[in-house]
This record gives sequence, structure tokens and C-alpha cells, in this order.
Amino acid sequence: MQNDRKITMSQAIGEATLEAMKKDDTIFVIGEGVTDPKKIFGTTSELVEKFGIDRVIESPIAENGLMGFCIGSALSGMRPLLIHQRVEFALLSMEQIINNAAKMHYISNGKHNVPVVVRLIVGRGWGQGPAHSQSLEPLFAYIPGLRVAMPAFASDAKGMMLTALSENIPTIFIEHRWCHYVTGKVDSDTSNVLLDGPSVVRSGSDITIVATSYMLYEAILASDIAKEFNIFIEIVDLRIIKPLKLEKIVESVSKTKRLICVDTGFKEYGLGAEISASIFEALFKDLLKPVKRIGLPDRPTPSSRFLAADYYPTAENILNEIGKLMDFNSHKVEQMIEMLKIKKPDINADVPNPLFKGPF
Amino acid sequence: MDSNKDEIIDFEKMIRIRLIEEAIAEKYSDQEMRCPVHLSIGQEAAAVGVMSFLNKEDKIYSTHRCHAHYLAKGGNLNAMISEIHGKVSGCCGGRGGSMHLFDDDAGIIASLPIVGSVIPLAVGSALTFKLKKMHNISVVFFGDGAIEEGVYHESANFAKIHNLPVLFVCENNLYSVYTPLKFRQPNNDLTRLATSYGIENIRCDGNNIKKVKSASEIATKHIKDKKEPFFLQLDTFRHREHCGPNFDDDLGYREEDEIKIGFINDPILIEKDRLIKKGILDKNKILKIENNIKIEIEKAFTFAKQDDFPSRASAEEHLYAK
Repeated sequence: MQNDRKITMSQAIGEATLEAMKKDDTIFVIGEGVTDPKKIFGTTSELVEKFGIDRVIESPIAENGLMGFCIGSALSGMRPLLIHQRVEFALLSMEQIINNAAKMHYISNGKHNVPVVVRLIVGRGWGQGPAHSQSLEPLFAYIPGLRVAMPAFASDAKGMMLTALSENIPTIFIEHRWCHYVTGKVDSDTSNVLLDGPSVVRSGSDITIVATSYMLYEAILASDIAKEFNIFIEIVDLRIIKPLKLEKIVESVSKTKRLICVDTGFKEYGLGAEISASIFEALFKDLLKPVKRIGLPDRPTPSSRFLAADYYPTAENILNEIGKLMDFNSHKVEQMIEMLKIKKPDINADVPNPLFKGPF
Repeated sequence: MDSNKDEIIDFEKMIRIRLIEEAIAEKYSDQEMRCPVHLSIGQEAAAVGVMSFLNKEDKIYSTHRCHAHYLAKGGNLNAMISEIHGKVSGCCGGRGGSMHLFDDDAGIIASLPIVGSVIPLAVGSALTFKLKKMHNISVVFFGDGAIEEGVYHESANFAKIHNLPVLFVCENNLYSVYTPLKFRQPNNDLTRLATSYGIENIRCDGNNIKKVKSASEIATKHIKDKKEPFFLQLDTFRHREHCGPNFDDDLGYREEDEIKIGFINDPILIEKDRLIKKGILDKNKILKIENNIKIEIEKAFTFAKQDDFPSRASAEEHLYAK
């Protein structure tokens, strides 16, 4: 019975936080709005009631300071969980993240640990526009010493959060707001999962798709359609953006010999660039086709849903690339896209599902 | 008698810092210390005065100009000199250099070179003390430049509203590299930037160890009794260039009078005169103190020179904690 329990990813993250805090009294939660009525999209529900204001610390608007407070308290034995409601808030914390959190263990020759977890939320949709919806994981992934995790599924998110809160590595934990809504089976006794790299979520033999976060769902949708056309897609959930573990991707592409990278960030200089370069280095002679990358265009995110409509790639873009990699003629590609439209009727690009009524 | 003893100990600590810094300056041209050095010469009283009211469990944080704080808090000399030489026995194993000194055993948690960057870390340690109901205090040293950084203001506000046991020590040496305070602030009273957050504060002559000590005593007592932060402004003077071993007044960025007064107010000369006048020390005793310290310094430099460089392969270690 328990095994069939379905909860959303945001519930799973909240549950992980609560369980971790029960087990370890050095964990505290801090951030702007962690105790407010909305409770960070519900993810900090019950925390302040259960653990009090000393362990669930409401804060002034001071993102760089907050990051420093967390590092200093981590250096003296605590395990802070810092939450920013948008990825962009962390831009004000970058000095602390890059110079101190990421480097402290290395510079101290292994003597200091910075067990800080920073939750960042990608706020796509409902017109949030250029500074409330960015998926900036490559900025963090560029920095040696950081760990960057991006869960897509509820159960994985819970296990990843439990692990991140129990280890000594500064971790940037990036959640896509649209993944928050997605339900999945989560055992109530879910425990830590290894933060050791990608995992294969669908097996296939023709094309490997490496996807992150919300784009996993678009990739799964595209692969379901492709299957109807006898194309079998292997989907790899990147999960841990940094440190980048390529083995499973190399293994998969060695088999499929075709690769599409799909992520929630900008295409230029993005995750797809890093992964495709690495795959070209490792498997140049084995590849049947050039690696394809799908990401956001090189311009800021517009607010209007009409401008955003062509901005965000979908399963349709993925099907187009699948068509190219499999040398489908245009008719066959059109058939796939027709089938997609029947399976998933058009919804606006600015809401995660038809039931969504805003504001964020 | 005990107070005389304390005065001698503090004086020895100041002279020791001065002589270590002078030794670094003198040997810098040997090209064996291949990292930037920001010498504390002229600012010894601030470090020694504040530290005389801290115990080992109290934690301190410092900046790029960290040598005096490190030494005054009891940081290991060999580990410091080796670190500046990039050697394996350095406190960071050669990974940090002069601007990253720390010594956990002595309660020196970190020194960081980005101006202001260290301030919130000290507040974080104070937060730990509060959450764990420990009775220690956290102290952060920074300069007049750091107080201009937004993160100082974020830190001061947070420390106040959460009643954190942290001492902010602002050593005002009047210059951010070559840019004078008068070009950067409406006036040289920086305590207004503590007062505005409701943080109790004292401003005093940071070149006078007696005055620094009496201010520090009030500050540390206030933090422990009232469970809230305190702010000290210690006015002082940097004798040498911002970074490097040399005097640099040939560049003409400081006024003649300012230079003259600055050097007259040398914390060590002031204290030496006072102790001699009071009959607590005489020139021979001072010479003896200096000679013993010089022997210790030579040993530290010999240790550093004989110390190994870290292996090249070891550079790959400790990227992530286990």
C-alpha cells in the first residue's frame, strides 16, 4: 500500500527536509520566506511549527550575507539549508558561493568542510520574465568544488535532498518550478540516494537523450511518440550537473551512436555544449550523426506568453531532432508531431498544466 | 605585579609580530616567498589588544592583512612561514599563501582576501554559538574599506536582530590601497555604521595598546553579558605599502603631516616608552626579548626553507569532502 503513495516533488522535498531535521539537530533552514504563509511553495510547511524559529530562520533580504552566515556556521559544525525562491536571488550570493563555499575545503587542504545546501528554484511561466525564470546551473557547474544537483522526479528529489543534507559537500540544489507539481511514487521510508551522477530512466537502442530537470518530461513524451514509429530512445537523467560523471552517457551513446542533449538553460555555452564536446572527444568515430543540442535561444526570457511560445523548446523540438538523426522524411516528422498534438493538446507555454491559475 | 606581567606579555607579542613582519620584508627579495604579502606593521596593537580578552574557544576571522591577527591569537609560526613559502607544512599545505592563514587549534578559522567577504562568516560562527548555547564569541577583523561593502551592512543587521555574540573590529588605517577614506566616506567616524544598526560601539586610538585593551574589555564583556554584537573602530596607520615589503611614501599619496604623525604614533614605540618610564622594562631587557624572538624567527625560516614542497600530484586532492 505504502509503495503506491504518490506525492508531488515539492512535497517530497519538504518531507526530506523534515525527516533530516528530525534526525540531525545541526540542520537548520534559513531564507527569505521560510516561515511565511506560503512556506516556499509549501516545501517548508510544518517546519517552523515543529522546530521553532531558531532552526527555521526567517531572514532579512540579504542574499550574500545569508550565504556567508551559512558558510561560517557550517565551518563551526552546523548544516545549514539555505533557500532562495528564485535562482536569480543567488546571483547576489555569488561571491560567497564561488570564493568561499566552493574553495574552503580545497584551500584548507581538506581540513575545513562546508556542508551547506542551497535550494534554488527555476520559476518558469506565468509571465515571470527575464529575471525570475532563469535556469543558470552552468554558472555554478563552472566552479570547481561545488556540487550541483537537479532532480526531476519526486522520489529522486527526496533521496537527493536527504543525501545532500547528510554529506559535507556544498551543494546547489536546483528545482524547476514545474517539476514541483509533478507527482510520483515516493515510499514513505525513502532514504538517501547516491549523488553519483546520471541515471538511465528509459532504455532504448536508437538515440540517447541526455536531459535535465523539467525537460525530462518533454523527452519522455517525445520518446513515447517515437516508439510508435519504431524508434527506441534511451533517456538519461543527468541528475548531478557537477561533478559531471560521463561514464553512463558514454556507455549509452556507445550503444545508440546518436545523442540529443536537452536542458532547461540557454543553449550557447550550456550543459549541452559541455556534454556534446565530451562525447565527441570520447566517441568521435562511433557517432553516426553530429550531436544535437536543444536549449533556450540566446536572448532574455520574455514575459508575454505570446513571446514565450517559441522561446521554450518542447517535445516537438525533440521530435524534429529525432527525425533528423533518423533520416526521416518531412512527412514522417509531421506524422509524429500530429500524434504529439493528439496525445498532448496545445497548452500555453506559460503554465505547467491546464489547471494552473497563477500567479507563480 | 600581575598587571605588569600582562603588559610585558602584550608588549612581547607586539614586538614579535613586528619582527616577524620585518623579517618577511627583509627576506622577500630572496624570491622564495612567492605570494602577495600584506604586512601588519603599524597595526600590531589592534590585534594584540583585542586578542588579550579572547580564549582559545573564541573564534576569529581575518582578512588579506592577517599576519598580526594570526600571530596574536596564537597561530603556529612555522605553519605561517611555510605557507608563505608555498611548502607542505604550511597551514594550507601551500594552497592559500599569506592571505589565507588559519589555525583551527588556535581558534583562527579563516582569513580571506576579498574585502568584506569574511564578515558574514564570523556572524555564522556566532549563529552556531547561539544555536548550540555555547558561551564563546566570534570576532572579525576588517579594514575601513570592508565597511563600505554591502555584506558588512547585511552582517551587522543580522547580528543585531538575532542577538549574536560577534565582535566587529574595524581597523581604520585610512586607506583602501591608495584611496583615502576622505574620498570614500563623509567623515572618518565609522561607528555611525554600527550605531545605525543599534550596535553598541567604541572608537579609540588603535595605536595605543592600553586604550585598545580597555575598549576590548568593555566590548567582550558586553557581548557575553548582553548576548549581542559590539563594534570597535580602532584608528591606526599602515607603515608600509598596501601589498609588499617596502615603504611607499615616495609615491606621494599620503600627506606629509599624516605620515609624520602616523610614524610618531607607532604602537610599539609608544608602549616601549611607557614601559621604560614606568620602570617595568629597560633597554637591556627589551634587547633580550628581541634577541629571543629573532632566534625563534630564524628557526621558523630555516624550517620553511628545509620543508618540502607539496607533491604536484597532491594538487588533485581535496576537491570534495569525503
